[in-house]
Amino acid sequence: MNSTLVTFKIAFRALRTNKMRSALTMLGIVIGVAAVIAMLAIGTAARQKISDEISTVGSNLIMVLAGATSSGGARMGAGSDPTISFDDAEAIKNECPAVLDVAPVQTGPGQVIYRNQNWSTMILGATPSILNIREWEIESGRPLVDQDVRNSTKVCLLGKSVAENLYGAIDPVGTILRIKKVPFTVIGVLQAKGQTLTGQDQDDRIYVPITTAQKKIFGRTIPGMVQFLMVKANSVDVLDDAVQQIRDLLRQRHRIAPGQENDFTVENLTQMMDMAIRLTNIMTVLLGAIASISLLVGGIGIMNIMLVSVTERTREIGIRIAVGAKTWNIRLQFIVEAMTLSIIGGCIGIALGQTGSVIVSKFANLPVIISPLSIIIAFGFSAGVGVFFGFYPAYKASLLNPIDALRYE
Amino acid sequence: MSLIEVSSLSRTYVLGENKIHALSDISLMISEGEFVSIMGPSGSGKSTFMNIIGCLDKPTQGFYHLKGTDVGSLSRDELAVIRNKRIGFVFQGFNLLPRTSAIENVELPLLYNGVTSKQRREKALAALEIVGLTDRKDHHLNQLSGGQQQRLAIARAVVNDASIIMADEPTGNLDTKTSKEIMMLFEKLNSQGITIILVTHEADIAQYGRRLIRFLDGEIISDEKTGD
Repeated sequence: MNSTLVTFKIAFRALRTNKMRSALTMLGIVIGVAAVIAMLAIGTAARQKISDEISTVGSNLIMVLAGATSSGGARMGAGSDPTISFDDAEAIKNECPAVLDVAPVQTGPGQVIYRNQNWSTMILGATPSILNIREWEIESGRPLVDQDVRNSTKVCLLGKSVAENLYGAIDPVGTILRIKKVPFTVIGVLQAKGQTLTGQDQDDRIYVPITTAQKKIFGRTIPGMVQFLMVKANSVDVLDDAVQQIRDLLRQRHRIAPGQENDFTVENLTQMMDMAIRLTNIMTVLLGAIASISLLVGGIGIMNIMLVSVTERTREIGIRIAVGAKTWNIRLQFIVEAMTLSIIGGCIGIALGQTGSVIVSKFANLPVIISPLSIIIAFGFSAGVGVFFGFYPAYKASLLNPIDALRYE
Repeated sequence: MSLIEVSSLSRTYVLGENKIHALSDISLMISEGEFVSIMGPSGSGKSTFMNIIGCLDKPTQGFYHLKGTDVGSLSRDELAVIRNKRIGFVFQGFNLLPRTSAIENVELPLLYNGVTSKQRREKALAALEIVGLTDRKDHHLNQLSGGQQQRLAIARAVVNDASIIMADEPTGNLDTKTSKEIMMLFEKLNSQGITIILVTHEADIAQYGRRLIRFLDGEIISDEKTGD
């Protein structure tokens, strides 16, 4: 312990002797570590931003759309042919093991009026489980309950944007508004979710019980059928299983013969985002790799300077060996010196890298994420660089012949 | 038992095709407490001899026993331990560490044998006391004269209670007056029981010893007591 301290003292003195040289050598490591830290931080931030956006949509989501009708050759788009029923939703929930929850949904645009304000928005009729599936909390009031669906009560939940546009500063809970001229009691306001990746305002919505929506708002639906289902899988790992299970189950329930086309569409909503995350990961690794190269170059710089230092201090090494320094004493001295260079450089690099990533985050509008792990990795890596690139010069020094070394001029 | 026992010792250097016999077939005994001067012209093998005796080099042939230990069979690190504990070196060029304080130079051998920093400081101060440099302990090398630097080197040689001091032309860089002071210091150390082996080519320096060995062309040509 005591002699380790002395070894560090010797290293510091040696580095102080050639301040400029030590500083320039360190600079290589500083730039390398700073680059690695900044690249990892920016990569992590980009990934975080994407997964934040995913979580506003809700994770592990699958959408089951009813099939398309075609009249006179013109196909009417997904959901126009009523092929999905409430029973299908129940069956998916009960029979697909990878599925956590299902909510049937009926949707359409509608004009909403409160007192002298009016607003055109999207009306979603759904079952209470929709909030769970979308991972959406109530900001005030109460959520939809099963009883609302059973009794087709005329109640609604307002999205944040709707509440702000119609009510301004007034608390909407308990008031009565009109959706397509039908009076509804506002039972709650949803928390703000913000925009989707495609720029849709998710808060510009009104949720009503699906039965109410079908009977009192849209009117023209076939009883027992719905437009689409929102499905939540148990986890991201079983998403693909869930999609397959739903497909198989619905083909069976709809009696679709092998080779015949589905009369429904199953979409994995998370897939696109997974792709985005995967791309970001590749970018992070790539940027990290490029940054690591500069760290490697910095390490070679250390090795170079250590070799110069060993040559310059041949006589000193000779003296130390003559008075009894063992092979490892000499090796340790130079390794510690290289390590000191790289660790100090590493610490400055960490500080610089973080400052850099904060600046980049500001300009690129990304969250600032400084992960302790990347600091530990960068620190360990720079210490490792010191040991690795310090070893050869140290090894060379330790094998010097003391007689020749003492005569070295 | 003798301190140093050398029998049919040879040291051959290979330089390309040529073999240079720096030492050939030397046999010699040195007892504890002796003050031996070794003289000879350049290339006579006296420095090679001292390097082997000082465990800095190994013989090509023959045996060297130091206090009964066969040095020729020891590893590099085992030799380092012997140099550290038993032998102190004093060189013509002082060979002190620049940019280092006097006391730290004296402490240097103690860094390599695991004593605590407190003990290190105590022993170094004691050694500086012996050579009379206590008041210069915090000076740096460039603030010390040649004589003071050589005294510092002697302090370093004795700091670890070495039983042998090897001095290779210790007065070569010093003026006559300072040389005399240094030689008096060696005499003082010798009177305390430390064996001193002095290599020189100056006859008046050699006469401080009580035994004179002359080397020529890698062989001992004379070995006589010079008691005074």
